[in-house]
Amino acid sequence: MKPVNQKAWLLVLPVLLIVAFSAVIPLMTVVNYSVQDSFGNNQFFWNGLGWFSELLDPKSDLGSRFYDSLWRNLAFSGIILAIEIPLGIVVALSMPRQGWTVSATLVLMALPLLIPWNVVGTIWQIFARGDIGLFGAAVNALGIDFNYVANPLAAWFTIIVMDVWHWTSLVALLCYAGLKSIPDAYYQAARIDGASRWAVFRTIQLPKMSRVLLIAVLLRFMDSFMIYTEPFVVTGGGPGNSTTFLSIELVKLALGQFDLGKAAALSIVYNLIILSVCWVFYTVMTAADARADADAGRV
Amino acid sequence: MARITLDKLAHSYKPDPQGPQDYALREVDHVWRQGGAYALLGPSGCGKTTLLNIISGLVVPTRGRILFDDVDVSRQPTEARNIAQVFQFPVVYDTMTVRENLAFPLVNRGVERKLIEARVAEIAGLLDLTSALDRKASRLGADAKQKISLGRGLVRPDVAAILFDEPLTVIDPHLKWQLRSMLKELHRKLDLTMIYVTHDQTEALTFADTVVVMHEGGVVQTGTPEELFQHPAHTFVGHFIGSPGMNILPCAVEGTQALVAGQPVALARRYPALSGQIELGIRPEYAALRQRGEGLPARISRIDDIGRARIARVELGGLKFSVMVPDEAEFDGDEASLQLDPAQIHIYRDGHLVQGEALAAGGQP
Amino acid sequence: MSLVLDNVGLARGGQDLLSGISLTLPKGSLNVLLGATLAGKTSLMRLMAGLDAPSTGRILVGGTDVTGQPVQKRNVAMVYQQFINYPAMSVYENIASPLRVARLPASEIDARVKNAAALLRLEPYLARKPLELSGGQQQRTAIARALVKRAELVLLDEPLANLDYKLREELREELPRIFAESGAIFVYATTEPSEALLLGGNTAALFQGRLTQFGPTAEVFRRPRDLTTAQVFSDPPLNTLSGVKQGDQVALSTGATVAAEGAFAGVPDGPYTIGFRAHHLALDRPPAAAFALPATVSVSEITGSESYVHLDLGAHRLIALVPGVRRLEPGQAVTAWLDPRRLFLFDDSGGLAAALAKAA
Repeated sequence: MKPVNQKAWLLVLPVLLIVAFSAVIPLMTVVNYSVQDSFGNNQFFWNGLGWFSELLDPKSDLGSRFYDSLWRNLAFSGIILAIEIPLGIVVALSMPRQGWTVSATLVLMALPLLIPWNVVGTIWQIFARGDIGLFGAAVNALGIDFNYVANPLAAWFTIIVMDVWHWTSLVALLCYAGLKSIPDAYYQAARIDGASRWAVFRTIQLPKMSRVLLIAVLLRFMDSFMIYTEPFVVTGGGPGNSTTFLSIELVKLALGQFDLGKAAALSIVYNLIILSVCWVFYTVMTAADARADADAGRV
Repeated sequence: MARITLDKLAHSYKPDPQGPQDYALREVDHVWRQGGAYALLGPSGCGKTTLLNIISGLVVPTRGRILFDDVDVSRQPTEARNIAQVFQFPVVYDTMTVRENLAFPLVNRGVERKLIEARVAEIAGLLDLTSALDRKASRLGADAKQKISLGRGLVRPDVAAILFDEPLTVIDPHLKWQLRSMLKELHRKLDLTMIYVTHDQTEALTFADTVVVMHEGGVVQTGTPEELFQHPAHTFVGHFIGSPGMNILPCAVEGTQALVAGQPVALARRYPALSGQIELGIRPEYAALRQRGEGLPARISRIDDIGRARIARVELGGLKFSVMVPDEAEFDGDEASLQLDPAQIHIYRDGHLVQGEALAAGGQP
Repeated sequence: MSLVLDNVGLARGGQDLLSGISLTLPKGSLNVLLGATLAGKTSLMRLMAGLDAPSTGRILVGGTDVTGQPVQKRNVAMVYQQFINYPAMSVYENIASPLRVARLPASEIDARVKNAAALLRLEPYLARKPLELSGGQQQRTAIARALVKRAELVLLDEPLANLDYKLREELREELPRIFAESGAIFVYATTEPSEALLLGGNTAALFQGRLTQFGPTAEVFRRPRDLTTAQVFSDPPLNTLSGVKQGDQVALSTGATVAAEGAFAGVPDGPYTIGFRAHHLALDRPPAAAFALPATVSVSEITGSESYVHLDLGAHRLIALVPGVRRLEPGQAVTAWLDPRRLFLFDDSGGLAAALAKAA
């Protein structure tokens, strides 16, 4: 095979430079900080893996804060996935397939996705307030004591409902796209075979949606695992530390206490967790693709 | 198992149809007997898919009724009709094995497990799928998938009719032969009413005992493959059936003689004085190409070799004409003449066959 | 300007999609790629177009090595099985689109579009949108767009597969004339032997990513180099029997014997596969020397003008294509007749050992 034209690399060069400035250099700085200790006034000392061992030691102060926020994060991601994925599927299944209502529904569904993160936070901060918020006041009027500033359960409830409101339509739209790609003949065949509504879902719709669902799970996991703006705006991580997620903890460490070394070590571990989750998804997805290709007789 | 009666069926996709041009399916009136093999043949847009959808219950006809035996099913949903259907693109349940696919319609109907197993084994045997029973259906080729689709219909003991909607479209040519002969064998063994929709004349003619030729929303002729080939009732049938189709030439007819491109052609029947657009039809198989001077003068434009035969494309006084020529025939240059078999010539008025009066034996003048 | 593939191969994920393909397609030629689905037709066309680069071998256009050169740099046009047109543009603008991209003067564009439209009988529809046309007309529009570019290489990937039977027949008849007037190299992929025969030109038979034979279409049909080519190029499928040649006789597994005369005399003794086509198996005794094969009817299919009779001969299933209507009951015993001059002898490795018929 003839060698490929090497001039093509020149075209990629600007991108490489930008990426170097925006990602590689900051990343190297972070790695640098994570192995050093500073006492202010720009004096740095070698600390080896000290920050990392402290971070991963649950008995240390840093370690306990890290593990607490990590579990909070995992719990949050788990809960919103458990709600948004099934809810998104149900919404997608009940969306209209034809007629003018299709575009109306799509626009409506896309609306929450178009609102900036901090605005979403602000909306819910007000919406859920017990005194002037429609939602908060309504719940209080039912006789339930609802105050997300004081009650951790109420705080969690608020940010979960907020996230579900914000992102379920993304899951629903992805599933809808998957459903639209199923030819009519499948539904007709299922009717002829006497399949129940549930059997149609399990044998036709779910398998055909599985690929987009995997993407939806990945997107929602990543995004919820890195969530910052909305809970920061609504609860600021409180009450107490009850909604302090990894990202909020990180900002507290770096900008609140100016513990650059600890923050750097935390952000590297944070990053590694996300990368490894991505890798797992990538392997699962390529394996599924290869299987689908083999099934279709391509290869 | 059922006799299917189409009672003055017509359908329009418009809410308020005015004239016949608004109908996708113009009035159809037929009785299809139990156990028959029928084909609906016609080009895209001829109404055959509309008719199929009415039979399967996807479309409720604008007018008329459809009866299975003596029960009016016009307004019954698909699942209540006991029909099975094989689609153009194979429909299998991807996540299931072949066995589970075949069992699916019975499982849905709550049939006892033992009975299901026996029935699935029987149908798999018929379709030659036994060795693939435990494989994932999605891993099989298009031909096996079509067999599974068919099998899901056959497992149901109550099935009234099986509908085929261009089932061989995505099958490679050499596998088409196997599937087609398998279908014929199944039809004979199982005594089921089968209805096969296609635009492919070879598939329709080889499969069906009775072929219904459709054109522009209406049925132009219903008959055995032989009748359609020998006595096309309409020039459309003549053109559509046969490869190449019938030669249709404008002509004038007087008694037992036709005038084609200024040349006299002898006819085997006597015709009355005809008005309207008069055409003469003859199949390429019933004409012969001879050396110049032995018939109507013609000019050869091309000879196509289709392997098992050769087709000469000739010009007859400016009219295009196809004629089959034997393997060994040779022609010098492009000058030749055509001989037409009078017994195989049909006369059409405004597209419709005109029945002439038979001449007494040997009474050709 | 000729297109040369020199020992081209393509591997994907450890599997060979194409291997060892060498082809020379001269200027102005029509070349049919014949093979079943997944035989490698589309992969090969993608290499020719420059959409993919081969893993091994070279591709030369007019003597220049273009291996690895991307499609934009090559003068190629392609027509697909799906009717691909710009839905928002008129037929005229669809045909003109490659010329507008090339920034040709308006008068030149107009002349070329009108010319292509005339060739493909699209003149009455130039003002319409593609979706208002029939499938056949839509595909004609796509073909016109490919021709108007005056590409050196025009690739057609099963262009008639989505059309109705009769429309297919019509276009098949016209295409050779249209191709002949263009002067480009045409490559036409199809799964159907009858289509290859009607188009003529050259045929390349493909099987599982290998080129089994390339030559003038009639020659490949009448004298296939091996069993695989004969099977690829037979519809109805090639009939086969097994036989053993010993001395001056070939003994068939059915019990019949054929005198080993002519070309058959020269082959060494041993087992052979005997192939012949369906239209050479007769049910009436032909005037020429023929031998009898007693068989049982399994199914007969009638098309009105011809009958396909499926016959069982011991373990062999044969198909006879006979003229006229034959109503034969399954299970009925018949005698089939076969002219020895129609036989192909294939040796152990599948190569053609001998055939009595002349090549063309």
